[in-house]
Amino acid sequence: MPTISINVNGELREISDIDPNTPLLWALRDHLQMVGTKFGCGKGLCGACTVHLNGAAVRSCSIPISEVDGQSVTTIEGLAAKAHKLHPLQDAWMEHDVPQCGYCQAGQIMSAASLLSRNANPSDTDIDDAMAGNLCRCGTYKRIRKAIHSAATKGGAA
Amino acid sequence: MNNDLYNHDLEPDVDMPAEFIERQNRHSAKVSESADSFIPRRQFLKMSGIAGGGLVLAFSLSRSPRAKAAHHGESDSTEFSPNAFIQIKPDGTIVIAAKNPEVGQGIKTFLPMIIAEELEVPWESVTVEQSAIDAKRFGPQSAGGSQSTPRNWDPLRQAGAVARAMLIAAAAKTWGVSESKCNADQGFIINESNGKKLSYAELATTAASLPIPDGKTVPLKKRSEYKILGKFIPGVDNQALVTGQPLFGIDQQLPGLLHAVYVKCPSFGGTVNSANLDAIKARPGIVDAFVLEGNGVDNELSAGVAILAKSTYEAFQAEKALQVDWNHDPASKESWTDFQKQAREITSKPGKATEEQGDFSAAQSEAKTVVESFYTYPFLSHSNLEPQNCTAWFRDGKMELWAPSQTPQSIAGMLSKLLDIDQSNIEVNQLRIGGGFGRRLLNDFACEAAAIAHKVDAPVKLMWNRESDLAHDFYRVGGFHNLTGALDSKGRLTGLQDRTIVYTPAGGDGKRPVRGGNVRASNIQCPEIPNVRIEANSLPLQIPAGWWRAPSSCSLAWVFQSFVHELAVAAKRDHLEFLLEQFGEPRWLKKGKANVFNTERAINVTKLAAEKGDWGKPMKKRQGRGLSFYFSHLGYFAEIAEITVDSSNNVKVDRVVVAADVGMLLNKSGGENQVEGSVIDGISTLADQEITFENGAVKESNFDTYPLLRMSAQPNIEIHWLTSDYSPTGLGEPAFPPLAAAVTNAIHQATGKRIRAMPISKEGFKIV
Ligand code: FES
Ligand code: FES
Repeated sequence: MPTISINVNGELREISDIDPNTPLLWALRDHLQMVGTKFGCGKGLCGACTVHLNGAAVRSCSIPISEVDGQSVTTIEGLAAKAHKLHPLQDAWMEHDVPQCGYCQAGQIMSAASLLSRNANPSDTDIDDAMAGNLCRCGTYKRIRKAIHSAATKGGAA
Repeated sequence: MNNDLYNHDLEPDVDMPAEFIERQNRHSAKVSESADSFIPRRQFLKMSGIAGGGLVLAFSLSRSPRAKAAHHGESDSTEFSPNAFIQIKPDGTIVIAAKNPEVGQGIKTFLPMIIAEELEVPWESVTVEQSAIDAKRFGPQSAGGSQSTPRNWDPLRQAGAVARAMLIAAAAKTWGVSESKCNADQGFIINESNGKKLSYAELATTAASLPIPDGKTVPLKKRSEYKILGKFIPGVDNQALVTGQPLFGIDQQLPGLLHAVYVKCPSFGGTVNSANLDAIKARPGIVDAFVLEGNGVDNELSAGVAILAKSTYEAFQAEKALQVDWNHDPASKESWTDFQKQAREITSKPGKATEEQGDFSAAQSEAKTVVESFYTYPFLSHSNLEPQNCTAWFRDGKMELWAPSQTPQSIAGMLSKLLDIDQSNIEVNQLRIGGGFGRRLLNDFACEAAAIAHKVDAPVKLMWNRESDLAHDFYRVGGFHNLTGALDSKGRLTGLQDRTIVYTPAGGDGKRPVRGGNVRASNIQCPEIPNVRIEANSLPLQIPAGWWRAPSSCSLAWVFQSFVHELAVAAKRDHLEFLLEQFGEPRWLKKGKANVFNTERAINVTKLAAEKGDWGKPMKKRQGRGLSFYFSHLGYFAEIAEITVDSSNNVKVDRVVVAADVGMLLNKSGGENQVEGSVIDGISTLADQEITFENGAVKESNFDTYPLLRMSAQPNIEIHWLTSDYSPTGLGEPAFPPLAAAVTNAIHQATGKRIRAMPISKEGFKIV
């Protein structure tokens, strides 16, 4: 088995002894012990596993680790640029108390961050479109929308 | 009218998981000595001499006075760990334990809020810690039936108030003044006569030396004095959640952890003849594979094949390569199509009355108008977003579990029997849960994880994939109701009959309904109907049934609230006026019994919803406004849905107005989150969710065939709280039941089409 090197949250990580077909999701969770990225469906249907690959939101359950060799991944653990300053979306999520069970929220935030990096001031429809792949079983959609708007007003593309 | 049909207590183990939880807790040896009443007797214990000093108060469920232990200033750490309810540290930190499992209902935040309120401290000074699972120290620990609020309201207020009283006494002693001159205010005791103050931290050591007052006699704050309760308080885990810290069951890590899958027969109850275990074991990353016979109890251990791997992916891949020769003899052969046919047939014929009041046939023959309708709804899955999982480690004869369970206290008893381990050698840790909805009231996943771990020399994390989660749920049962309503010449509802099916566990005595599957006359929630007849025909069911969000209410509210609307339309009467008539005079049908219908509260929320929801205002073509009401899990909810239907029958739910009476709202944020979530869940469910099965196996396999609502379909949700003097009650469930009928009644208004089969996709409508 080849060794895979990926840049995760700004740090070069090497994973050896891994089946190259292992989805990025499980490489993060089982091999790098980074469990912020969640498993919901394994089929690209729920968005719980959303991370950024070279800046774009992707479903990590559906990308084999071999395909990300040499590339850059950002996960929820690394979304805040600096340790003491959270991403405006993370602040907005706390301020509006978005989570219920909270299980989907890492994926929701990663999708929202990708949206704000492309569109600093999204409309409801922009938000709905960008977030369509992220399911929330608890039904926190109203607050997700509100938190995205509120982060956008505070310069959320940060 | 006083209506005896409504004066029954809820059936244990059936209507409400609460009863089940209570029973399970009683079974746990540690509590049985004291769990003799609804809220077990408690006394408080102090512990001083803990690391760092300060005042610690813990509940004790023991009857024997143990206050002595507190007096010698030494904590008996084996019996009472410092992880108690309240801990005031000399540096001013206030640590409050969160005792119950967090499934998203916000309990890890609002139970500590109750304590902090009575303790009279600023919320910002509080650190919340998840407690251990220990009935001795924390009493019943569960999440279900919206019971945590009513059950903990008095004991936790008392816990806070006792500590406050002791701090006041400490200050009085320090200053040599009477206690009546000392007031608690936000972490300080103020001397009324000279304005001097001492912080709780300064007083903690003195307080710890004082006797503990009886929790029942300490004064509690008035609601008007509340500073924390009723406010918008964000969840205590939010920061950890938004930064991806490990919190959930699935996040549990241990050194040398093995990853397991457990494969069961797709047809419920099937057992294993043989499997290609050698081929599986030869796969890369596979550590072991073996068959477990199980004990055949669906919520304990079903037969299956365990595969242990070095990584989750390798375990999942091995599952795909696994070939099992299943023994289908004991397995379910049931079919949803057959069930539907059978139920139609049975309910079309007269049956035996299981509940009756007045004379329905007379009402029917004297009626001016008779309305007959057949309503049906499907089986449903819980589909928590975090699939079932559990971590277990068996070493040195001790079993330790990390279990995302709604009833963690019942696990040790179960495992003790299953694996023959003494209960004292079983330790259960609670973890945050990625959605409960009743699924995790049953601990099959914990039994599986422990049974697998019992056979290997390493910690094991059992992980279900989405497909197994949908295939091995405990489903909300589908239902069938052949309804007849009788209206007199004045358009009054004089009689209602329901010929229905009640499933009973296959192989049982046919007397007790499956979990969450009962149908009672009181579910109609129209106590003014003089003639009522329920014919509940029992049918055996092998497919595992379970409590869902608002068990039984979640389906019956839709049936009866739709039919009442249907009758109002047939009587050519305004739905609101017609519905209010069914409640009759404002009264409590059994005074003091919180789970018995109170028509006054029903009337009040219904009127409030109508007022806020613009009842009676004209609507545009193909728009509709629907009303519905339901009382469940001690909460009163009326909801109005406004919808627009386009020419292709795409339904947009524009606005949902919710009027609620749960006594008092404890956390504005968490409470409203529950209501918003219930509304979304309601729309999600009615849109396109259906579990079907053939030959005893479920056909839906993932979110493509069992869809959840998406962001764009959310309506505007407005919530109006009616504050009443009743004790606060839970919000995990009661906002859910009325939603569906509000929407389908609105669809009727907009299109003239009455929806009588769920989900509405079956009737050609689509939620957009
Ligand atoms: S787990 Fe990747 S989309 Fe659901
Ligand atoms: S908060 Fe529970 S799934 Fe979204």
